[in-house]
Amino acid sequence: MGLRQIVDKIKPTFSEGGKLGFLHSTFEGFETFLFVPNTTTQRGAHIRDCNDIKRVMIVVVLALVPALLFGMYNIGYQSGIEEILPAFWFGFLKMLPMIIVSYVTGLAIEFAFAQKRKHEINEGFLVSGLLIPMIMPISVPLWIVALSTAFAVIIGKEVFGGTGMNVFNPALLARAFAFFAYTPKMSGEAVWYAADGQTGATALEQLATTGEMKWSVMEAFIGRIPGSVGETSTAAILIGAAILLFTGVASWRIMLSVFAGGLAFAYLFQAVGVDITMIDDAPAYYHLLVGGFAFGAVFMATDPVTSAQTNCGKWIYGFMVGALAVIIRVINPAYPEGMMLSILFMNALAPLIDYFVVERNIARRKKLIKNVK
Amino acid sequence: MSKNIKLRKGLDINLAGKAEARLEVAPMAKSYAVSPLDYENVTPKLLVKVGDKVEAGSALFFDKNNPRILFTSPVSGEVAAINRGEKRKLLNIAVTPDQEQVAKAIKVVDPAKAERSEIVEMLLESGLWTRIVERPFGVIANPDAAPKAIFVSAFDSAPLAPDYNFMLKEEKAAIDAGMALLGRLTEGKVYLSARKGAEGFMSDVKGVEYNTFEGKHPAGNVGVQIHHLDRIAKGDIVWTVNIQDVAIMGRLVLTGKLDMSKTIVVAGSEAENRCYKRIISGAAIESIVGAVKENVRVISGNVLTGRTTAADGYISADANMLTLIPEGNVYELLGWAMPRFHRFSVSRAYFSWLCPKKQYKLDTNLNGGERPFVVTGLYENYLPMDVYVSYLLKACLVKDLDKMENLGLYEVLPEDLALCEFVDPSKIEMQQILRDGINLMIKES
Repeated sequence: MGLRQIVDKIKPTFSEGGKLGFLHSTFEGFETFLFVPNTTTQRGAHIRDCNDIKRVMIVVVLALVPALLFGMYNIGYQSGIEEILPAFWFGFLKMLPMIIVSYVTGLAIEFAFAQKRKHEINEGFLVSGLLIPMIMPISVPLWIVALSTAFAVIIGKEVFGGTGMNVFNPALLARAFAFFAYTPKMSGEAVWYAADGQTGATALEQLATTGEMKWSVMEAFIGRIPGSVGETSTAAILIGAAILLFTGVASWRIMLSVFAGGLAFAYLFQAVGVDITMIDDAPAYYHLLVGGFAFGAVFMATDPVTSAQTNCGKWIYGFMVGALAVIIRVINPAYPEGMMLSILFMNALAPLIDYFVVERNIARRKKLIKNVK
Repeated sequence: MSKNIKLRKGLDINLAGKAEARLEVAPMAKSYAVSPLDYENVTPKLLVKVGDKVEAGSALFFDKNNPRILFTSPVSGEVAAINRGEKRKLLNIAVTPDQEQVAKAIKVVDPAKAERSEIVEMLLESGLWTRIVERPFGVIANPDAAPKAIFVSAFDSAPLAPDYNFMLKEEKAAIDAGMALLGRLTEGKVYLSARKGAEGFMSDVKGVEYNTFEGKHPAGNVGVQIHHLDRIAKGDIVWTVNIQDVAIMGRLVLTGKLDMSKTIVVAGSEAENRCYKRIISGAAIESIVGAVKENVRVISGNVLTGRTTAADGYISADANMLTLIPEGNVYELLGWAMPRFHRFSVSRAYFSWLCPKKQYKLDTNLNGGERPFVVTGLYENYLPMDVYVSYLLKACLVKDLDKMENLGLYEVLPEDLALCEFVDPSKIEMQQILRDGINLMIKES
């Protein structure tokens, strides 16, 4: 194994006391990426399942690929390129710099923190780093991508202690930061197109103002509509959802209940009739097809760290994510999209939901004492 | 009324290296050992020195926390060594056995007629008291306590575990006597739980509350059975005894002599002669499996909860099996990205689900690095109890005693979380975290 010998040879340089010892975590990050370490179990169970966090994260990245590929094609398509391959190539070239900027910024910060804390590098950013460009408008300047990524990783994650300790979904936090700090570059009718001078409202904006959109349901489902790169194709997102659900990486309880909550409230508003925006005039299921609803439900709401952790809590959390997203869409004329704020809000509430679920468990246990005595 | 309890949660790991149903008698070992490390929370105080002559049943050391609890030699012979580790910590006391075995004269009483205190004294004197485990905390039972019930599991569901029906087939009379003895130790019931469909003679054992369980591992864990039969609340004390030790206790009553022989199984992909062996408790590993090859891990007990044992060491007192598996101290190129058909995972991110019947030869590689808690909802699928595993572990990590108590610390022992630890992609040392939490609770209460 030639590669292994090279790694073994340079390892002392990067180990404590070596010339480049300060890069210990970084070296280890690369080493464990190349090789599953030879660590054996020392305490507890002697054998272990071969699943690890790297695999979990890589499955999520894999699940994102269909939406990413379609998103690249759609960038070209929205810019007026009809043929598939040229459209895809156009979008690929537009998208690549965003992905690189997001990964480089985020990973550099992650590596620096891991180094400082003498931790192993966590794999969580492999997913976040891809999610961030996928939920941005394609025309967003690269410096905003870099800045919001840095904000999300430092303020959203590292100050809480890193992966596993964060309260908010880092990718959504990056988007929220960009959205509120640089609103003109993140919303409006021009940001969704890669070509200069092109404008046009998204399906969601059209629905909010007129109650109708100019695309057919099928086109919205396939995703040939303007929007953030990853969010437009419900079909591609569903392929990703299938991967996540089949592998068990994402919680089916959350996914199902987000859709259920969204649909329930969409039908409710339709039945009641609210005249703040016009979106409740459109069929209720449109909510699931346009904007970031499907993408958020599949890839964002299901983030295990920031969602509810108990099974019962997941039902409540998911339902409220869906419901809130629709509420914001229907009765808040300022933001056509509600998914981002809805998930972030429920991220903040998830620990509270879990608290009550766990309290019930404790109450059951305490009742036992009374029964006996 | 006997019940059948069906458990849906759990996992049977299909390991290669099952033992044949064949019994061999292991030769007398060159030495036998008793170790205080086989027990939790014991501070040993020696009663012998090297060169002393001992009989089977002579006390070797006692527990400073409770001087009535004696640890006795399983064989008669000469104390060969008192092995100590770092900071002079007592590792074990090794005894070289005599050709002719002599058992110490113990005052054996008839459980049906004797006072409870006399029965307790008999068990303490013989050293068999150390085989009674007290819950909460999984420590040696306090002889002054009054348990609300005693639980015995009549099957082991762990990977490659021995078939108790085969292991105990000659022991019916001893088990009957042992159960009658246990019945005198509690005002409450003695529960005996067998596996549905493999009851053997267990349903005929007298004087017990008989139930059956069906389902995957950990259905055979006595902790899980307690949870479904008579949960432990704060303030409750229950005792548990391994059924093989019940047989040894019964034998003491029936024959009037301490006989520490027992049947264990030798299993695992690296074991050469996989079968059942008749040994005396504490036997040297070498006498059971011969010389062990390089890069093989010998485990006293099963692969999920057993103790790593040196090839020149001794089988743990509580072990009913020896498992030999390969060490996994090798690098694997891009392993996390490979299909890994030869490895097992409960996750469908790998392909084990394609071949549910396949037997896996698993090694001791950790298969990843330790990470913070990330995945949720996974652990609860492998613990058939009303306990939120990650919340309990986090309470242990932050040393919050109230939370630990509220979240179920009294109901679980590390062995119950072993499967959660096995499936965890974050590779968190759950059994150790729980053990540390329990020890903290013992210290503080």
